[in-house]
Amino acid sequence: MKFANVIAAGGEWLRGEGPHHQIVISSRVRLARNLRHRAFPGWAKKVERTQVLELIKPRVEELPEMQDSFSEMLQDLSALEKQVLVERHLISREHAAKSVGSAVIMNRRQTLSIMVNEEDHLRMQSIRSGLQLKSAFKLVDKIDSTLENKLDFAYDPKLGYLTACPTNVGTGMRASAMLHLPGLVLSEMINQVIQAVNKIGLAVRGLYGEGTEAMGNLFQISNQTTLGEKEEEIVSRLSKVIETIIEKEHDARQMLIQKKSNTLWDQIGRAYGVLTFAHAMTSKEALNLLSIIKLGVDLGAFPEDRRLPIDELFIDTQPAHLQKSSHQKLNAEERDELRAQIIRDRLRVFPRPDISKVARESGNGSTAEPPTNE
Amino acid sequence: MLCDVCKCNDATVFLTQILEGKMQKVNLCDSCSKEKGVQDPTGFALADLLLGIGAAEEIEKGTPTQKCGVCGFTQADFKKTGRLGCSACYITFSEGLGSLLKAMHKGTEHVGKLPQRAHREIELSDRMRTLNADLQKAVEEENYESAASLRDQIKQLEANLAIKP
Repeated sequence: MKFANVIAAGGEWLRGEGPHHQIVISSRVRLARNLRHRAFPGWAKKVERTQVLELIKPRVEELPEMQDSFSEMLQDLSALEKQVLVERHLISREHAAKSVGSAVIMNRRQTLSIMVNEEDHLRMQSIRSGLQLKSAFKLVDKIDSTLENKLDFAYDPKLGYLTACPTNVGTGMRASAMLHLPGLVLSEMINQVIQAVNKIGLAVRGLYGEGTEAMGNLFQISNQTTLGEKEEEIVSRLSKVIETIIEKEHDARQMLIQKKSNTLWDQIGRAYGVLTFAHAMTSKEALNLLSIIKLGVDLGAFPEDRRLPIDELFIDTQPAHLQKSSHQKLNAEERDELRAQIIRDRLRVFPRPDISKVARESGNGSTAEPPTNE
Repeated sequence: MLCDVCKCNDATVFLTQILEGKMQKVNLCDSCSKEKGVQDPTGFALADLLLGIGAAEEIEKGTPTQKCGVCGFTQADFKKTGRLGCSACYITFSEGLGSLLKAMHKGTEHVGKLPQRAHREIELSDRMRTLNADLQKAVEEENYESAASLRDQIKQLEANLAIKP
């Protein structure tokens, strides 16, 4: 598969069809593995890294799940192409900085992506739409079980799988979900939720992981520890916490409808107005406003069939996607102009927010799915 | 500067305490400091307790010349990068790592998945232990026929263990 096809195809998770997809954008599970007695990528010399790559890459490519896969050495991808993969969460920001001796292999559906020589020799990731941590774990666990018969993974009976960073030792697993929580942010309850989540040993991060800002009311929640707990336990504990957060988000939205409706309609109206008429927009502003429109769709203020165009804008307005689609490198100012133009074009066919549709839904309880209009 | 606990994030909380005229420093990132509840400076003694007594010192002292026999990684390299050199480093630096892992994780022992190969090795060594016990018993009971059969089984098992899959 060519890179152009990867871009055109779009990932399965981008279509947003999984359970609880209104609030849970995606679920990801990654496993870190290393070869025994081989220097970890950060310490290995270029020759050693290349040797490890040559051992691992063919084994990954011959996996049944990797038929018709996209497989590329990092030095053969342009900076822009790498950034597109980062924006789709198919490789990490750290991996995008790599060159000779590193590779990425992903399946056609983009549900599985395997990084070779990131921080560890192998970083295997499964990504699914909505809340599907268990199935994401199952998929990546299966890949791991197949590969362990062909590759000599480093493990210790007491410490489990050995990883470059001691924070990953044990299961080598990081399970995470990307949540869209505008209700909790608007009702100013988000900090309380974050603190509670932190307290039980889970981490909350921004859009692109460690050290990134929370934009567009998007938050990543993941396990913090990897030693002393079974994979299935970590996954089910995380899933339960996320289900609770989903409930809290629904409650917060109901509270806003009932007690702060004017603030809510004001936010939605302003977001609609700015997105429809602006001629320059940073990606941060775009994400924050699109988040409010997405909330509007969830609440029924916009017809349900407008959901996909909005979800697509979340990705299409990211800097690298923008430049890729315009086939040229753009400076920040040009990007802001193009971003505003794309959004204006797509919103031209968008109806005005209709709050009367929402009011009728307010009595339906906190877990009610919003109406599918027309 | 990296966090002394997770070694992954940049440190944003810097704790300094002078004890018996000696300065002790602990650098933590935001999330570790929150997790350890050390944002309040009066809770510093608590910090030390939670991080393992004098965590910062422990990393400092170690044996700076200690070197991994497999990859040549040193304690000083770990302090700098927060990453280890290879899987064998976990054995080389096991002493210093122990308290670090304890502070970082929920438990100190892995209870999750292991490669099939590990299961096989554990099964075989369990079987070996049973056979040896049976053999001893057979010899004590002067049941030489059974002892001979057990001895053969042990030999066979030893051969299997020698062939690494």
